[in-house]
This record gives sequence, structure tokens and C-alpha cells, in this order.
Amino acid sequence: MPYNEPSPLEVKVLTRRFGLRDSASLSTYLATDGYTALRKAIEMTPERILDELKASGLRGRGGAGFPTGMKWSFVPRDSAKPKYIVVNADESEPGTCKDRLLIEYDPHQLIEGMLIAARVVGAARGYIYIRGEYRYLIDIMDRALAEAYAQGYLGPNILATGFGFDASTHTGAGAYECGEESALLESLEGKRGIPRIRPPFPAVAGLYQSPTVLNNVESYCAAPAILRDGGAAFAALGTPKNGGTRLFCISGHVNRPGVYELPMGFNLLRMIEEVAGGISGGKKLKAVIPGGSSCPVLKAEECDIPMDFDSLAKAKSMLGSGGVVVMDEDTCMVKAALRIMRFYAHESCGWCIPCREGTLWLKKILTRVHEGGGVASDVGLIHELAANMLGRTFCPLGDAAAMPTLAFVEKFRDEFEAHLNGQPCPFEHVNRLVTA
Amino acid sequence: MTFSPQLEARFDRMLKNYPPGKERSAVVPMLMYAQDEIGSVTPELVEEVARRTGITPLQVEEVVSYYSMLHRQPLGAHHIQICTNISCMLAGGAELWDHACKKLGIGHKEVTADGQYSLEEVECIGACSWAPALQVNYEFHHGMTPEKLDRLIESLRKLQ
Repeated sequence: MPYNEPSPLEVKVLTRRFGLRDSASLSTYLATDGYTALRKAIEMTPERILDELKASGLRGRGGAGFPTGMKWSFVPRDSAKPKYIVVNADESEPGTCKDRLLIEYDPHQLIEGMLIAARVVGAARGYIYIRGEYRYLIDIMDRALAEAYAQGYLGPNILATGFGFDASTHTGAGAYECGEESALLESLEGKRGIPRIRPPFPAVAGLYQSPTVLNNVESYCAAPAILRDGGAAFAALGTPKNGGTRLFCISGHVNRPGVYELPMGFNLLRMIEEVAGGISGGKKLKAVIPGGSSCPVLKAEECDIPMDFDSLAKAKSMLGSGGVVVMDEDTCMVKAALRIMRFYAHESCGWCIPCREGTLWLKKILTRVHEGGGVASDVGLIHELAANMLGRTFCPLGDAAAMPTLAFVEKFRDEFEAHLNGQPCPFEHVNRLVTA
Repeated sequence: MTFSPQLEARFDRMLKNYPPGKERSAVVPMLMYAQDEIGSVTPELVEEVARRTGITPLQVEEVVSYYSMLHRQPLGAHHIQICTNISCMLAGGAELWDHACKKLGIGHKEVTADGQYSLEEVECIGACSWAPALQVNYEFHHGMTPEKLDRLIESLRKLQ
């Protein structure tokens, strides 16, 4: 089995082929109901497919949680322009490592998801934008695409039905910002990954200013299961407004970190205790980043919570991209905030000044505070700077940097204060390195 | 400037992936695959990619300066990229990074004198659940320890 052992608590829908022999091959895919949803989609009208998607309660797995069926319905099908299907496989949100597995173990599921989207909007061309670091996945995906072409699942006349669709991979070259939809489109057009002002949204004016469906890998991968088993069956796996399952990437201080497919709404504490085997070393839980580095941190006492988009929003955090980062009692919250800010300062594309300058200044001040050089007013300054970045940028990177910072300061103010006026970091003795 | 027959064939296929007149889309992939073959983004490569995609060398330069994986100087034969982002940090990624610097006697984006190794502290590489992680060129190594890193460096030395 790949990477980590599965958990008996998992509900395997998108990951059902993980662990099968040659799971990435077309023959394994076909032997396990592969491309049956495509055959259905070819028989169905776009409206019927959209009805199933809407009934499934599937919400975007990239982070924003926008209902996928609705997103696809925004594409003007009667437009004279060509339509495009774009897959966001630029997985780079710290804490997130699931799309990697979906491509590695089941690339045909992604191709089938793209084909279903293409049927809905009338697209004939698709691109899979994969981050440059994932070169081995580009090779796996290229092989799967070649197999699909050879067996008539891609090309001008798919399954001899007259439906034509072409797809290819497109490598990124190292830029978190290119995971943001409009920057990704710029990158795909051969430019610097700088965000576009919206509206218009990609559904109307996306790639080459044409109508474009742009979703995360996992969102596309859910489409075949939804058509195969029905939208209602998928919805029933989750909670009323959060259909289906999702891949949670558990990392940090737990005994069994790993990627697990669990129903939407699965309790976070139970996830840590029963799926991930509890906190390692018998330590106590201090905090959890519930959905990747841009999501506001939850204190231990806030972790008895269902993991769905609405429950996390109510708790003033986000379900994000499914990256559950677990931190034990020995973790320095200032250091965590600083490391995350270093990341955003490095990845800010520089287009919007509040983000470019804000992340840099926050990095400097957090560094100073962590090293003991901070003064009392710094804590308020960090908060003020972050608050002034919110909502003032073209893309969500500025917010992604500001939101977790605000939460760290608001929820762990005492830890920031314990670092001030030359005091050493209270956690400086902690060495995390496992030896041997 | 010409490339290996395999890369030329890849470029021929690649340019057909984009609609007529949109060849500029191939700029980033072309730079990435060519860099893998020739070792870095040279001025000649910039000119060549500009010619093949129908844009100006300046427009290619803009792209090169934006993406962190495109580099103008050759890296070591084994480019070791260690993640120290949040999940790896919680598992000792920063300590692993310090160990690697001491072991090889080089720092961030530096190359050993013999040209065999280079080091880079990188942002999240998507291996959070199997941290701390690193990549040697494009190959992932998960659940690293200083001892495992020492053994890895030795095994790469033997490969040479």
C-alpha cells in the first residue's frame, strides 16, 4: 500500500483503486467500472448531468468550497468561442498532499472527470496543469493520456460516438501563486503567474478569454462516482450541504499521519484520535490548522467540530484544501506563524502592494518577536498589518497570509507576549528531529 | 540551437497542444524540459524559446525571472531540495536542513566545489503526511532523518 496504511474508518470512493495492482493502468480502470460514467454522460443531456452534480452536493475541493455543479452551469454553452477544461494540479498549499495520490494511483479517474465536464459545457480541449515539482506525476499522466488515446477514450471520435476531446499535461515551474485560478490561466498562456481582476470569472472569460471550467483534481475525480452511483448516493455519504467524502491529509504530531478519505462532516477530534492514532509521544493537543496553511488555527478546545465547509466557517476558519496540520503542546505558535508568513512572503507575486509589502513586513516583525527582539507594541502591530491586508488584493493570497496570522495572535496572544523584551523562545529546547 | 531528438519530438507534440496562434503557452514547459537537458536557462535558450513560440526574448526573460524552478546557473548533479514548511518543520525539517548544510559545507542555492551537490531550502513540496521530506532532482524521499540523509548522499556519490 502506498505511503500510509488505510484506516478502517475510511469510506473509499475516490480512492477505491488505491492499492490495486497497476491501479494507474487503463486495464485496471476498465475492470473496476472505469469509463462507465463517461458512457452514461454521452447518453445524458448536459442539464441531466448538472442535475446529478447539484444533487451530489459536491463543493470545490481546491479550497473555496464553491458548489461544482453551479460553477459548471455558469459556462455559457451557446457562446461561439471554444470552451476549455482546465485541471488545477498545482497542489502547493502547505499541509496538502492528496492530488498527488489521485494522479499517481488513478489518473484515468481524472481523465474521465474531465470528459464529463467537457460533455456538460461542450468543450473539445483540456489541460492538466501540474506543478513542476511533480514531474513523475506528469510522466504517469502522460502515459495514461496515451493509453486513453490508443483505446479511443480521447481523440476526435470517442467510443465511436462522434464526441471529440483532446487533453494534455502542462508543467508549472515553481510558483504557489499559480494555484490561484486566474494566475494559473496566465501561466498556462505562457506568462508570469499574476492574478486577473474578476469579474469576469473564468467560466465566462478564462483561458484565451474563452469560457473555461477550472477545478481542483479532486473535484473532477468525484464526477465519475457521482454519475456512476447517482448524485443522491454521493450526497448521502456526507452532510446535507456538504456532499460526499473528501481526502484529508493529516500531518504533524500524530502517530499515523497520512491521506485518508473520510465522509464530509467527520469529527476532527475523532479524526486525530481514531484515524491518525492520537498525538505522538503521549503529548497533549495544542492546536490544529484544519485545511492548509491559509486556514485560521483552531485551539484544542475548538477541535470537537465536524469537518465540513459550513462548520469550519462558523468557527471562523476554513475547510480549505483538506490539509489537517496537528500541533502538540510543545509547538511554538510564534514560530508556526512565522514559518507560514515566510512562505507567503516568498510566494507573493508582488502584483498587489498590500500583499507584497504586508507579507514582507509581517515576516520581519514575526522574526524579530520570535528571536526575542520584540517590544509590547509589536503584537498589536502584527494584528493591525494583517487586518489591513484583508480584502485589498486581486487574489486570495493576501487574505491567505493575513487570516492565519490574525488567528495566531488572537488565540495565542500570551505566547507572543512571552517572547517579548529579550526573553528566549519558551520552546527553544524542543528538537523535533527523529534520529536513526 | 537544437536539442536531442527526443526533446525535439516532445516540442513538436507540445506546440500542437495549443490552438494556432497560442504557441506562447508552451514557454514554461519548453524552458523546463530544455533546462533539464542543458542544465540551466542560458541566453541562447531564451532566444531559442522566443523564436519557437513567436514572442520576444524579453517576454521569455519575464517568465524566467518569475518561476522558482527556472535557474540561470547550473545546479549540482544532485540537487537536494529540503522542505522546511509547516508540516516538515513540525517533524524536524529545519534541523534536517541545518544538518545538510553542515554535511555538505554549502548553503541555500549553493553548489559543492566538485559540482556534485547543490542545496535548496524549498517551500511545501506536497509530502506533508510523510514529513520531513526532500527531493533529489525530481525524486521524492519521505520520512527523512539525518542518518538517512547521510546514507542518501553517500549512495549518490557512488552512483557517479
